[in-house]
Amino acid sequence: MAIYELKTPILADQTKKLRVGDYITISGIIFTARDEAHRRALEYAKENRPLPFDTQNGVLYHCGPNVRQVNSTWEIISAGPTTSARLEKFEADFIKKFGIKVIIGKGGMAKQTEMALKQCNAIYCAFTGGAGVLAANFVQSVEQVAWIDLGIPEAVWVLNVQAFGPLFVAIDSHGNNIFTKIDNEIQKNKILLLDQLK
Amino acid sequence: MDLNQLETVIYRLLELAAIQLPLTVESQLLQKLEQENSELGYSQLFLIAENLRLAKELRRPLCQDTGLISFFIRIGENLPSYSTIRKIIQKITEEATRAIPLRPNAVNFFEGNTGTNVGRHLPWIFWEPSSDESLEITVQLKGGGSSNIAKLVMLEPLEGVQGIKRTIIQAVAEAGSKGCPPYTIGIGLGGTEDLAMILAKKALLTPPNKRNAQKEFEEMELDLLQVLNSLKIGVMGLGAGPSVLDVHILDAARHPASLPVGISFSCWALRYATAHIFENEITYPSHEVI
Repeated sequence: MAIYELKTPILADQTKKLRVGDYITISGIIFTARDEAHRRALEYAKENRPLPFDTQNGVLYHCGPNVRQVNSTWEIISAGPTTSARLEKFEADFIKKFGIKVIIGKGGMAKQTEMALKQCNAIYCAFTGGAGVLAANFVQSVEQVAWIDLGIPEAVWVLNVQAFGPLFVAIDSHGNNIFTKIDNEIQKNKILLLDQLK
Repeated sequence: MDLNQLETVIYRLLELAAIQLPLTVESQLLQKLEQENSELGYSQLFLIAENLRLAKELRRPLCQDTGLISFFIRIGENLPSYSTIRKIIQKITEEATRAIPLRPNAVNFFEGNTGTNVGRHLPWIFWEPSSDESLEITVQLKGGGSSNIAKLVMLEPLEGVQGIKRTIIQAVAEAGSKGCPPYTIGIGLGGTEDLAMILAKKALLTPPNKRNAQKEFEEMELDLLQVLNSLKIGVMGLGAGPSVLDVHILDAARHPASLPVGISFSCWALRYATAHIFENEITYPSHEVI
């Protein structure tokens, strides 16, 4: 399988050529955000306050890492993706307001996100859920931690990663979404199976 | 019983459960990898297997979400009191959270994350009395993703086996990609609504491929295993490879008017560790630790 190697900051001409089913790796700076960080970031935007971390042409990772503090530095112990579906209600706004070009998560996202990705030439990639040690091994260093008052899983971790992947392109910038396609199949199979019960 | 020894055992259990899968669970996953024909299914299972290997090698929790911690304890005669054991569990959970480390996941409602994995009522302990003089402790770690798709449905009793199957098919189809499939599914049937959920969660501790002793339930387990895989959710919900690894049923007698169906999901990382403490010996049957 061909793997495209992307480096941050991500440019639209890099994401535009990618299609569902491609694999990529990412090197450079990425940042984590889950439920609480999404909500707070959008509140900041509403009040025109700048975020304490950089997001433009950036890579957003749906992840709440397991970390260890050694003196004044942080070590990432395990850092696989969290379920992206919980963030669906925030994500379209988040992508547009903060210039996100790549989202990494697991389990896929729905229509609103799909449309925002298309509008902003951005993509959504899946990394294997639960593969926390594998993911942590791509992290070279913790560049910054913001909003630690939200607790370790919900804080924003700015990470320097080297060849993070393979990431599976699951929603591309042309409106293709593999998870929607598979979910339609699952629902069709379900109806067939329920019919057979009768 | 030596309380220091009990502390060591509980620490060991938390560490084992976080870092390596029970042997039978691991071999079931590796077998699925060997049998997988699709490229996409194989690549995801391969990454899972790589992650299991790395976690063991580096002695790190295999998933960043080390979950909410539950203890299942079978307690015999002449052993330390419930409150002593509970104090030790709280103390060692805090210590293990720092040292292993586990991700702090206990969030009190208004106060926020306690930072220790000890919070109001947590870790929860399920006690079961036993008539011998041994102590059996199982630690179960359960991540948020797989807990969020749990279901309790109160059926009418006449809906019977067909209604139960329908309910489970619907719940698994709705869960889809969200909880890190391939899933292990625990089903609790009957009892009160709370007991059905406890049985569902406890059913996840049944070793892979071990069937319910009652023939009718055994048939239901095998039928559901086949049917649920034909939903074709696939590894990580990508539509390729196994969707469900196993289905386990536990039952209780029910009220004449009720048929509770509890459904508890485990992600592929079905994490638990068991210690059996006898007067002169400690064994770890889930992990066969020397």
